[in-house]
This record gives sequence, structure tokens and C-alpha cells, in this order.
Amino acid sequence: MLYKETLHKLIELTDKKEVTPKEIYDSLLKRIKQKDGKINAYVSVFEEFAPNDKTGILRNIPITIKDNMHIKGKKTTCSSKILENYTAVFDATVIEKLKSEGGVFIGKTNLDEFAMGSSTETSYFGTTHNPWDLTKIPGGSSGGSAAAVASGEAICALGSDTGGSIRQPAALCGVVGLKPTYGRVSRYGLVAFASSLDQIGPITKDVEDAAILMNIISGKDPKDSTSADVAVDDFTKYLNTDISGMKIGVYDKVLQDCSSDVAKSMEESVDIFKRLGCELESVDLPNSKYAVSDYYIIAPAEASSNLERYDGVKYGFRADNYENLKDMYIKTRSQGFGTEVKRRIMLGTYVLSSGYYDAYYLKAQKLRGLIKQDFDKAFERFDVIIAPTTPTEAFGIGEKANNPLQMYLSDIFTIPASLAAIPAISIPNGISKNSLPLGLQIMANVFREDNIFKCASAFEKEFNIIKNLPLD
Amino acid sequence: MEYEPVIGLEVHIQLLTKTKIFCSCSTDFGASPNTHVCPVCLGMPGVLPVLNKQVVEYAIKLGVALNCKINRFSRFARKNYFYPDLPKGYQISQYELPILEGGFVEIYTDGEFKKIALERIHMEEDAGKTIHKGDGSYVDLNRAGVPLLEMVSMPVMHTPQEAGEYLRSIRKIVRYLGICDGNMEEGSMRCDANISVRPKGETKLGTKAELKNMNSFKHVEKALEYEIERQITAVENGEKIVQETRLWDEKAGITKSMRSKEEAFEYRYFPDPDLVPLLIDDEWIEDVKKDVPELPKERLERFMRDYSLKFDDARILTDEKQLADFFEEALSSSNNHKAVANWILSELLGYLNKDNKSVTDILIKPQDIGELVGLIDSNTISGKIAKAVFKDMYETGKPPKKIIDEKGLVQITDTKLIEDLADKIIASNPKAVSQYKAGKKNTIGFFVGQIMKETKGKANPKIVNEILSKKLEE
Ligand SMILES: [Zn+2]
Repeated sequence: MLYKETLHKLIELTDKKEVTPKEIYDSLLKRIKQKDGKINAYVSVFEEFAPNDKTGILRNIPITIKDNMHIKGKKTTCSSKILENYTAVFDATVIEKLKSEGGVFIGKTNLDEFAMGSSTETSYFGTTHNPWDLTKIPGGSSGGSAAAVASGEAICALGSDTGGSIRQPAALCGVVGLKPTYGRVSRYGLVAFASSLDQIGPITKDVEDAAILMNIISGKDPKDSTSADVAVDDFTKYLNTDISGMKIGVYDKVLQDCSSDVAKSMEESVDIFKRLGCELESVDLPNSKYAVSDYYIIAPAEASSNLERYDGVKYGFRADNYENLKDMYIKTRSQGFGTEVKRRIMLGTYVLSSGYYDAYYLKAQKLRGLIKQDFDKAFERFDVIIAPTTPTEAFGIGEKANNPLQMYLSDIFTIPASLAAIPAISIPNGISKNSLPLGLQIMANVFREDNIFKCASAFEKEFNIIKNLPLD
Repeated sequence: MEYEPVIGLEVHIQLLTKTKIFCSCSTDFGASPNTHVCPVCLGMPGVLPVLNKQVVEYAIKLGVALNCKINRFSRFARKNYFYPDLPKGYQISQYELPILEGGFVEIYTDGEFKKIALERIHMEEDAGKTIHKGDGSYVDLNRAGVPLLEMVSMPVMHTPQEAGEYLRSIRKIVRYLGICDGNMEEGSMRCDANISVRPKGETKLGTKAELKNMNSFKHVEKALEYEIERQITAVENGEKIVQETRLWDEKAGITKSMRSKEEAFEYRYFPDPDLVPLLIDDEWIEDVKKDVPELPKERLERFMRDYSLKFDDARILTDEKQLADFFEEALSSSNNHKAVANWILSELLGYLNKDNKSVTDILIKPQDIGELVGLIDSNTISGKIAKAVFKDMYETGKPPKKIIDEKGLVQITDTKLIEDLADKIIASNPKAVSQYKAGKKNTIGFFVGQIMKETKGKANPKIVNEILSKKLEE
């Protein structure tokens, strides 16, 4: 039953020589064999345990990786037909860092194609199912990683977050997911969706595991010009601290857009923080109501450019039966990309076209600045801001698949932190009437992950659903 | 009606950095296809660009040399289009905020210097090369990511010759700065031209054509000449000039329409989110300034002033920084500026042209030329012998003194010896003597020749002449 455990527990057990890394690996493999037929969390599973001779904190305990980050020699598909057979030629910086701490990898998880989606339904390799209820979506785009951690198919995982792709699936699967400050973690080797928003982060069973992984993957990378030269703390020292006196802004305006379950658990979370001695006050972020519209201009604009390299010339899928170069481009990209990716490429191409650039892209950038300003102002008064991670519990598979606008709104609470480049975590804060998990989002100012860890750790002590995870 | 052509040039300068602009691949020319490549310049999924600081320094150097405004805040943008030799599907360039704005290039035309105003200069990466042959097209990405500076002039040139001089000036300056080899034939300097015509006196610009595919200064001039004629003829025939891109056909000597404005690309420029804005502070600029050498025009003026050289001579000597350096090093061993200049201009450049060599790959040392001049000035050798010595110096790199010693070429200035020889020759040539005495004064050449023959050319010609005149008059 080793697959059930947290990373920090397994580190402890390994150190006591009670278990070996191979036993952990085998336990996970067995669990994946048993469960993944129904959940479909993995795109690829590495059947062989390949020990890592580096000594380090990870002690050869297997980590699970979203299939949009490169592990040299393994496939990186981005859950897209166009990269179905693409083998990575180098390690992502996060993979290098995990390896240097003795990490090994057990497989790559499913995602919405190129991380574009909120349900993992746009994957070329089929939908991932929510382990709490197989008829529900696990959230997205890191749905595979979140479902794997929640179902015991992974000890812990890395995901990537562009507009909520770590936090939203973590909330809907009842696990912990952290999107770090933009620039905290190198993006080198993460296949780009929207470069100014993408950030890699941990998806784990508890807050301590998130802190352990953050300690490893954070830091300036000379290969990523947008990574920040900010000293990396030992985040575990912010666990289990007294948080009385911390000032918390409650972004409660949004509760009117939430299901009653979400509103209720939000109220309960406020009570928990009060009990912990925090000072809570309502805070407004007036421009955040435009965040979804803003995001769906900026992210597709960057994506439309980032995805131009998939042209059938150098690698990846190339269509058959083309007449000339242009025809090859058109057929390759028409057949190689799924509907949602094509929709965003078209959106992005449109907003960058001359004549529309000022009206859309430039305006969206200005609005992004205003959204950020709201946060700057709020963080003059508050250590953290809390809000629900999602407006509802996990919805049914297929329910929103044909309604992109409804789908986009499921990220309504996670997008503001993405646009503001601030760190935000989702931790479980309730279970709905339908027995589905709900998440609380804790946001802090840039590079103030310390405040997030303090609050999340203290909250987790008062409320956690780790025992409720579908691990049996 | 009289027409006035209006010309603006876009010049691409390939920088001589060791590595590419956004990765550490080599920029060396001529390697086997696709060997100077890495995941970054191949546009693999998940890669990120990291700016090569040397590219920025080279741009600042050029900005200092051309009096441009160096923007303290500039940024890279993506220029999006599909082509097989563009691995990412976009070229990283600069758009709204280029590193350099304004400034000018000085050209020498019609006997005077003229300033050609610049609009901007920006940094960008080169694309790869597509080679069409046989039934297929082949892509070589060795060049993908090689750094370029794109220089855009204002539309202020009016003749093909001005355009040619503009390019030659740029070539000279970038070579002085050591940032580009300025070789248009090999493509390390490339030029597109915007050209329109308008009735003389009109201030509004006419509709322009963009000319591409010109691989030398001469071809730029020829293409412009052709295009000016074509446009004037069209206007006079009442045709409308369409805005279009035209290719220069070197063999046919004409320009041909490639695409019209309607078919123009939509590049969808936007700031590259993978690169942070480029910040340049005064300290950095001051640091780079230290590496900016004296520029060709200043050096030319100084040569005229300090060494009393004629404009044309000074201009040739300052055409290449290496030649100007060579000249000044030669002066370290001689104060006879003019003579040293002449030896370089006539003898040395003669040999270099003949052998198609540059002053950097020859054996002869500059100080030795100064010494050679000194040896002539001190009457150690004659000018005529010096030419032979120079040839030896050029071929072997030996210093002149050594050559003179080895070959025993020291000039004979011993008047006694020359007088004896003169007496002997006068005595044995009575016929020539009587001719001289009868008034045929140029017969003296015969006597000089005889003495030179006897001394193997080593007798001091001035002394020989003096002695002979004296003796023949007796
Ligand atoms: Zn490279």
C-alpha cells in the first residue's frame, strides 16, 4: 500500500530502511495497472525502474510528470496527435533538478492538448476521469497529474499552470496544487502554451510535499531569461507555524457566482482562519471580473505564435498526400491539431493581426496591468488573499465540451493570479453534497510563497481530506 | 518633365560574433549542413532563447559610430511567418522599440561629404537557407540564429551612385568596428532598396517598389538605374506604379515583379514573451565606447592634417583600418610621411592587387617600409635599387638592410671610385664625347648607363651625374 503514502512519509520510511525505492516503484506500477484503464491518467508509463545514483532528498522515490515537460529519451506528446511520436532530446530544467536530487520518473500524464482546456477532454489520447467519480472530469489541463495523485497512481506530480491548470484540477480532485510566482521555476523544457503565463508547479497529497518539491525545482535558470534571480528559501520552514495575526483578504464578491456548496465551504474556511487567530477582511479586486476576457486574448495570441513550429517540416506529424508546401502546412496542421487548439490559434492570430492588434492585444496588456495593480494595492494590506479555486465541483464528462465559453468560465477564479504573475495554491477545503472535493485558493504577493505555505499548512492541520482520497 | 528618384535602403549586417544570437552554436561559415545547430536554433518544443550580450555590444558600437540614439529600453518582437528555413515559425526581431534610432552615415559624393539620415537599426536573428535542387528542397539551419543588424535609412538618396557610396561607407565603418566583414557577395552584408520617382520639385513621395536580390554594390547601382528608368517610362506613359516587391535579375539586367502589396505578408508582430526587455545603462555604453576605434572619416582628416597627405591618398590609406594601421606603423621608423605613403600606395597596393591579397596576410613588416625609405633618404641605396629590395621584402618578409647586405646593394658614394670609372669610360668613348661637346647634352645618359652597368646599378646617380657633367665640360 506504499502508493498511498506522501512523499515525505516515504522519504522517512526509506531512511529507516523499512522500504526500498524499488518496492515503492512496484507498488505504483501495480496500482497504475489496476486503475489506469478506467482513469486514463497516464499517456506513458515507464515499466522499468531505472535507479538514479545521485544521493539527494528524493531518494529514488518516483515522481510523475505532466506530458508537456521533457525527460530526455522519453516521449513528450502534449497529448496531441502532432507530437504523438516526438521523443525529447534534452531534460527540462525541472527534470534535471529532480534528477540531481535523486529523483526517478514513473510516467507522463495526460493533459488537455497543449494544456489548452479545463477538463482534460481535449487530449488526443482520450479523457481522464475523476477518480472520485468516473463520470466527472478531473479538471485541466493538468488533469492527468491531479487524478494520478488523487487515485494513488502517483506519489506526487508536476503540472503546469497557465490560467489555472494546476490549481483547478487539484481542487476538483481533492489534492494540493501550487502555481508558483511567474519566474520562480524555469520554463526551459516545458512545451510552451502561453509564455508570459506558463509556470510549472507541484501537485501533491499534502502541503509538505508541495514545499519539498518547490525547494528542488525553484531558482534562476540561465537557460530561461524570464526566470527570476530571487533567493530560494527552504519552504519547509514555513510549515507548522503559528499564523495568528496574519492579515487575510477575502475575495468574497465572487461567491455570488458560486454553487451553494462552494459558498458554504468558503464560509467554513473563513471560520477556520478566524479560529487560527487571523484577521480577515473583505477585499475587492475590481478589474478581476474582466480577467477571463483578458486571458482569452493574451494566451491565444502567444499560443498562436508558440505553436507555429509544428509545421510538419522538422519533427512530429506530417500529413500524407500534399501537393505543395502550402498544402503540406494546411493539411498537417488541420489534421494534427484538435478543435480547441485550432480555435485558440485562430483567436490568437486574429487579435495579433494588423488593424486588431491595438484594439485587442494592446488593450488586453493594459488591462493585465490594471488587474496586477489591484493585487499590488491589496497586498499592501494583506499577507494573502483567499477565494474559492473553482465556482463549482467537478462537472460531468461531456457536459461543457461543446460550450467553450462555459468551459472557459470554470477558470474564472484562477486566471487573475495567472495574469498578475503571483503565486497561488489550491488546497482541499470541503466536500460537496455529491461527495466531490472542493478547493480553497490562497494567493500571495510575488515571491511570497512563504506566506502561502504558512497559511496552507496551518489550514491543512484544521481541515484535510487526505483520508477521503479514493486510494483504496 | 524632369524626375527625381527617391531611394531608401535596408541593409542587413551579419555580425562577427563567435556564437549565435540566442544559443551557443558557432556562427562559422561553410560547415556541413545542419552541424552548427542545437535544440534552440532548431526550434524544438520547449526551448527558450537567451540573448548573446556581444550582439548588443556590437549594436552599441555601431550606434556610437553613427551617432544614433541608443535606447536605454528596447525589446524583442516576434515576426511570424511560415517557411521551412524558419524553424520556430517566427523570427525574433525588434519592432516597436529598436535598440538604435536616428543617426547618419556620411558618404563622399560629388567632391563633398553628405549625411544620409538613418531611421533605425535593430537586432534580429537570421533564418536558415533553403536550397532548391533537383526534385526537392533542402534546408540548412547553420545560419538560423546568426545575429544581424538591420539598418533602415530614411528615403533621402537620389542617385544610384549615392546608394552605392552609402553601402561602401557602411562597409568601411563596420569593418573598422570589426563587427562585420562587409562582404556582399558572400551575403554577410545584404541590401534591399525602396525606390520611387516623383516630378522634380514635388515633396510628396511616389509609390515605391522594393528591390531585392542584389548581391554586390555594383548590382545595387545597376538595379536602381534600371528601376528608375522603368518607373519614369511608366509614369510618362500614364501608367500607375504599383507598390510591389521586385527581384533583380542579374543575367537579364532587369527587375521583375515578385509580389504586390495585396499579397504582402501579415507578420503579426508582438513583443516576445520569452525575452525580458533589454535595459542598457550609461556604464555599459561607456564601456563599449572604449572599444570604438577612430573612424574612417576622422582618420582621413587627421592623415591630411598631420601627414600633409592629399585627400585622394589619405582616402585610399584609410579605406581599410588595417591599411591605415599599417601606414602608421610604418611611420614609426621614418618621418618622411609622404615617401612612406607613396611606397604603400604605389608599390605595396600594386602587389596586393596583383596577388588579390589583403594587408593582413603579407610577410612584409610595416616598420621595414619606413626603414627602406630611410635608406633611400640617407643615400644608402638608390630609388631604383629600392624597388628591387621592396620586391624581395614583399616576397620574403626580410628587412631591407638584410637584403642589401646579402646582395651587396649598398650604394657607391665613393667619388674617387666614380671619377676613375668616368675617366675610363670617357677615354674609351671619344665619339660619344664629341657628340656631347657638339651640343647633344642627352648623350650624358649613355655615360651614366655605362657607369651603372659597371657598378651593377649601385652608384649614386646624383653623384654620377655631377661628376660626368663636370668631366665632360672640361
Ligand atoms: Zn543553436
